[in-house]
Amino acid sequence: MKNLDCLNVLIVGVGGQGTLLASKFLGAAAALSGKDVKVSEVHGMSQRGGSVITCVKIGDKIASPIIDEGEADVILAFEQLEAIRWLPYLKKGGTVITNVQKINPMPVVFGAAKYPDNILEVLEKSDIELVTLDALKMAEECGSVKAVNVVLLGVLASKLPEVSKDIWTESLKRVIPAKLYDINEKALQKGLNV
Amino acid sequence: MKELLLGNEAVARGAWEAGVNVVSSYPGTPSTEITEVMAKYNEVFCEWAPNEKVAAEVAIGAAVAGARSMCCMKHVGLNVAADPLFTVAYTGVNGGLVIVVADDPGMHSSQNEQDSRYYALSAHVPMLEPADAQECKDFTKKAFEISEKFDTPVILRLTTRIAHARSLAELSDRKEQGKKPYKKDTMKYVMMPGMAKKRHIIVDERTAKLREFAEDASSGVNAVEYKDKKLGIITSGISYQYTKEVFPDASILKIGMVHPLPDKLIREFAESVDELLVIEELEPFIENYIRQMGITKVEGKKYFTNQGELNTTIIRKAYKGETPDSAQAAEAVEAPARPPVLCPGCPHRGVFYVLSNMKVRVSGDIGCYTLGAMKPYEAVDTCICMGASVSMAHGMNMADAQFGEKLPTVAVIGDSTFMHSGITGLIDIVYNKGTSTVIILDNSITGMTGHQQNPTTGHTIKGEEAPAVNLVKLAEAVGVKRVRVEDPFDMKKFRAAVKEEIEADEPSVIIAQRPCALLKSVKYGAPVDINSEKCRKCGACMKLGCPAIYCEDGVYKIDKSICLGCGLCEQMCAFGAIGKEE
Repeated sequence: MKNLDCLNVLIVGVGGQGTLLASKFLGAAAALSGKDVKVSEVHGMSQRGGSVITCVKIGDKIASPIIDEGEADVILAFEQLEAIRWLPYLKKGGTVITNVQKINPMPVVFGAAKYPDNILEVLEKSDIELVTLDALKMAEECGSVKAVNVVLLGVLASKLPEVSKDIWTESLKRVIPAKLYDINEKALQKGLNV
Repeated sequence: MKELLLGNEAVARGAWEAGVNVVSSYPGTPSTEITEVMAKYNEVFCEWAPNEKVAAEVAIGAAVAGARSMCCMKHVGLNVAADPLFTVAYTGVNGGLVIVVADDPGMHSSQNEQDSRYYALSAHVPMLEPADAQECKDFTKKAFEISEKFDTPVILRLTTRIAHARSLAELSDRKEQGKKPYKKDTMKYVMMPGMAKKRHIIVDERTAKLREFAEDASSGVNAVEYKDKKLGIITSGISYQYTKEVFPDASILKIGMVHPLPDKLIREFAESVDELLVIEELEPFIENYIRQMGITKVEGKKYFTNQGELNTTIIRKAYKGETPDSAQAAEAVEAPARPPVLCPGCPHRGVFYVLSNMKVRVSGDIGCYTLGAMKPYEAVDTCICMGASVSMAHGMNMADAQFGEKLPTVAVIGDSTFMHSGITGLIDIVYNKGTSTVIILDNSITGMTGHQQNPTTGHTIKGEEAPAVNLVKLAEAVGVKRVRVEDPFDMKKFRAAVKEEIEADEPSVIIAQRPCALLKSVKYGAPVDINSEKCRKCGACMKLGCPAIYCEDGVYKIDKSICLGCGLCEQMCAFGAIGKEE
């Protein structure tokens, strides 16, 4: 379990997977819980299918919006290669919540590099708390593959008992268009139940 | 009520609260969202201009007319707008004028990491630098006040980590300012040598007054926080936040106005602390100033590089020799790099596959299509700045001609970039009897910065219908006789067109027309699939560099979660193995 007195969440994934929305969602929940919060985003060129990270820092008073090496309490990974890539940003004994989905980077697509086949195995053996899930399948079951981000955030939500379900749903309403709310509410619940 | 605002949103909100009336900008990461958010406020006239010079001039005009006005751009945009900047510094304003410039240390989405603070210094214009969203909002409002009080344009400088970080900010209501009366004043607004010489004197007097303003604590731009006086740190912007984290007990002089700097405040602070350190990203702008004041104990770049961004890890390591205590993987895993790529369904993919195959020299430009330089295409030869593709192609062709050579060469430039500064290069080619071939990648939107309208799209920033520049007629009007529109997804025909135009002994324009795949209006239907019985495993489809096509255990597959069904890969398969499911 984690608490909001000092919580650094690094959200990592591939441009286009919806990491930005996840960070806004978590940021809104922290603000509604009366905490100070800073969120750092990446826009522009690196969004085009590149490796992207956003930082969400929650606490009583936050200075830098950036999470540096060894500072993340949680890494929320949308893709397994990104989970291992950003592992040095995790505190010793921190938590990795990762989607098992694999997305080939371009050097793998055209054969210049190999996608490592032992990522989950290595993470399992590392001195961290690890949660793995097939968020893509779960999002599909909720009605949209795009809800991967909310499923994953649901898993994080399950580790933050001090934030009520009402705050999560209210935050969701603030960041999701009304017509997509039902699908995403289901996705949130699915994540909470993991 | 506090809201979690992006730095850029906070700038827009601050300008709105300050009663801004006219905003003109050109998009550019990390500044784009300011003007996008601005466009949602109905009280404000807001537009995308074709380039930053035009945007700045529109804002200057509005300020001269008596309204509060603003223009926003990325750092390299200020190079384009530098011409009006240096002279509006002389004329001053009537209504308040704020120029927002967003630097990109670390080059997340830029071609250089210039330090725009030097513009403030050399143009004699005050510059404010906020350190979080609240300050983005407050300093924007303050910038308008300073502008009117001191009769000067004011630059608000952001960096990526300020522009693109969210933090809590208190909102207020809008305060209408009304329009200041317009008075014809040629001595102030017509900058001919006789008038400008007199204005230069006023500019220097103004800088002196601004320096006094910066010294005064009640001005609310610079702030001293005395704690332990063994170490004193002078810092500004995002570096202030890093400093607060790494040195919670140090005394800090937080600079909110980076030009003009407060001499007395700096000297007093320097004398009060044992050790004096400047923490700033990029160039030693503040540090050098302090050295020039004769304060020799100051250090800064002795510890910190002028390359890229700073962060708490870099500062801890450089100054304290500390390294982070991170989680370790149980065994080393080599993670292949994940560079940005052209999206599935991207219309540029057809262009770069063809150009790469033809092995022509490609004079490139700024936009998503700069990615044509990356593997597997490696098609683009150069990328310097907005519009350079067209003029550089002409330069290449003319250099070759001087030596009796003709290397097959094309320029590639997006629709928005062509409007920005490609058209002048094209005029140069025609006027000076060049023979270059220019390919305009017309994807009906400004892509890289996240879908902004431009003069060719037929819509304004507010989504209203607008006259669209007709690229064919425009090219013809400047004197290009060979103008053709081609579909980059018909790769055979497109290749033939490129070959023909390169061989032609006169200027030519090919408009490669197909909308960005991310536009809502673009619908290709179901994803395609690879029929494993028909597939001969030749791997030809992979040469397109589409992120949706991959090979697993020797079997070629399509990732249906990202395939848009554009069907370009069907043209690559000689065996008819790729297609939509019946």
